[in-house]
Amino acid sequence: MSSGISSGIRFDSVSVAYDGNVVLDSLDLTVGPGEVMALLGPSGSGKTTALRAVAGFVRPVSGRVFLGDRDVTDLPPHRRGIGMVVQQYALFPHLRVADNVAFGLRARRTPKAEVRERVAEALEMTGMAAYARRHPRELSGGQQQRVAIARALAIRPEVLLLDEPLSALDAQLRSGMLAELGRLHRELPDVSILYVTHDQVEALTLADRIAVMDRARLRACGTPTELYRAPADEFTASFVGGANLLPVTVGAGGVDFAGVAVKVDTGGVAAGARATLCVRPHLVGLGEGPNRLVGTVTDVQWRGATHRLCVEVGGEVVMADLRELRDPPGFGDSVSLHFAAEDAVLLPVGVGRG
Amino acid sequence: MGEVVARLRAGGGWSRPRGGSRKSDTAPRPFRGALVLPPVALLALFFLYPLALVVQQSVHPDTGGTSLQPYADVFASESFRNALWTTVWIAAASTAGCLVLGFLLALVIAFVPFPGAKAVARFIDVYLSFPSFLITLALLFIYGTTGIIGSFQFLTTPWGVLLAEVTYFTPFVMRPVLAAFSQVDAAQIEAASSLGARAPRIVRQVILPEALPALAAGGSLVLVLCLNEFGIVLFTGAKGVTTLPMLVYSKAILESDYPGACVVAVVNVLISVGLYGLYRVVSRRAGA
Repeated sequence: MSSGISSGIRFDSVSVAYDGNVVLDSLDLTVGPGEVMALLGPSGSGKTTALRAVAGFVRPVSGRVFLGDRDVTDLPPHRRGIGMVVQQYALFPHLRVADNVAFGLRARRTPKAEVRERVAEALEMTGMAAYARRHPRELSGGQQQRVAIARALAIRPEVLLLDEPLSALDAQLRSGMLAELGRLHRELPDVSILYVTHDQVEALTLADRIAVMDRARLRACGTPTELYRAPADEFTASFVGGANLLPVTVGAGGVDFAGVAVKVDTGGVAAGARATLCVRPHLVGLGEGPNRLVGTVTDVQWRGATHRLCVEVGGEVVMADLRELRDPPGFGDSVSLHFAAEDAVLLPVGVGRG
Repeated sequence: MGEVVARLRAGGGWSRPRGGSRKSDTAPRPFRGALVLPPVALLALFFLYPLALVVQQSVHPDTGGTSLQPYADVFASESFRNALWTTVWIAAASTAGCLVLGFLLALVIAFVPFPGAKAVARFIDVYLSFPSFLITLALLFIYGTTGIIGSFQFLTTPWGVLLAEVTYFTPFVMRPVLAAFSQVDAAQIEAASSLGARAPRIVRQVILPEALPALAAGGSLVLVLCLNEFGIVLFTGAKGVTTLPMLVYSKAILESDYPGACVVAVVNVLISVGLYGLYRVVSRRAGA
């Protein structure tokens, strides 16, 4: 098709509405050539709608969708040349695995010899070569999803859309497939991938960048590290990794939390303003240290490798994920928690919450 | 029919209440027999016995005694062979027409969004309850000799019967096909179109395979109904079109040749039962 430079996806203030109900509100987003972009958000956040707008199954009420420098907004799905994999596989039940994979090539009237070659290649790539003669119903869920991926890759798309591809698989299979998807992307470095998920682990593992969506809008977009270490708002902080979101009052060179002076970088926020302090639970330590908080244990959860402690400090619950404790504190015990100043991020209060 | 009898014989499956009291669990066999007996008796009295009479009559020629002479006479007659051929080809052609038309109409109703699609689908259910001669009567107003387009004497030919049968029986195909279409996974259609398939390929390779069992069911039903159709043929007033049911009628009522009429009736029944058996075998092979 076209050169590598012109691939990628661009949303140009794309809005989608059903019966006047806005489900995607002027989305601006660019997925670079070869980039993996995760659309992360709760259900109803508009992430699947955005993906369907790229595939051509929903028509934006305004805005344009570009694939590379091609405006595809008015193109029907079959002329977009996109690979798509959905949660429930959507394999053709009456066709054998090889014929499923060959479907897109035959629709393109690819010569027979080439079809055979590319089917073999796609099945090889997904580790399903041994199952070419089987019917989909004879395969497990994970195998069916591999076939669906092979089917999408066989047409050599420049853009791959993955809509919750691992949600129907059980946890163990999911982590295996996640690694598999990462490997596929390394083998196909030119393919841009739009990956819709509500699972932050999938997004953090796989994506070059994450776009966080909530209630039809794009909340934040950045690399996983940026979003995790320095989230821009409370929604992003709580959705990308767990977070303690503590109401504080900004002072000089620190903040006041429940009557305790906490040293953090206030980054130019005016003294006296109200703000939210975000601290990741796994960066909170037990015992003496800087920014010490004293409180009462309200809950202890043993999670195998870690203990989660919920400690009530001045009416707010602070969560701490600690490496498995040999002698965990009990309910109602008084304990000290601490965290380093550089591990805390000050967020503007209330934006995008609830 | 055969299915019901087989199920009655098998007994156990449905007559034993699940998870009932201990008493019903150990219900003695005679009790179960008492439950089965009334329907079987009714069936025998009102269906099997008359049918047996027909078969008996067919081997009792008017000249007395028991012989297969009526069969030999009927099979040798030109009128029977013509009627058999007419019946079979009209039924086969009607079935083919119903399958094509029914599939296409169901496709439009199910997959082309238009206002009133639901109402149309519901109307099909009502249509199924109409008597078959009503359609022929309606067609007479358009194509009949005194009708709107009455000039071409079209309705009294076999083609008129064919048109009427296709018109009347198409909904019998549409109903199961529409039910099958409602089961088609929208994600499969989307996957196919994002893989580059246009509508005709999607219909052929995604939708049609899903609808095949429904088409087979609807088609075989229509085939049997067409073989036995009487009202439509009678109402078109096509003198040259004699099907097996028409032959039974004319032999029994007009010629008072009861053994001959019974022979034709037995043949008609055998064809129907044979087709049903064939359908069962085929549908079981297809795994439907």
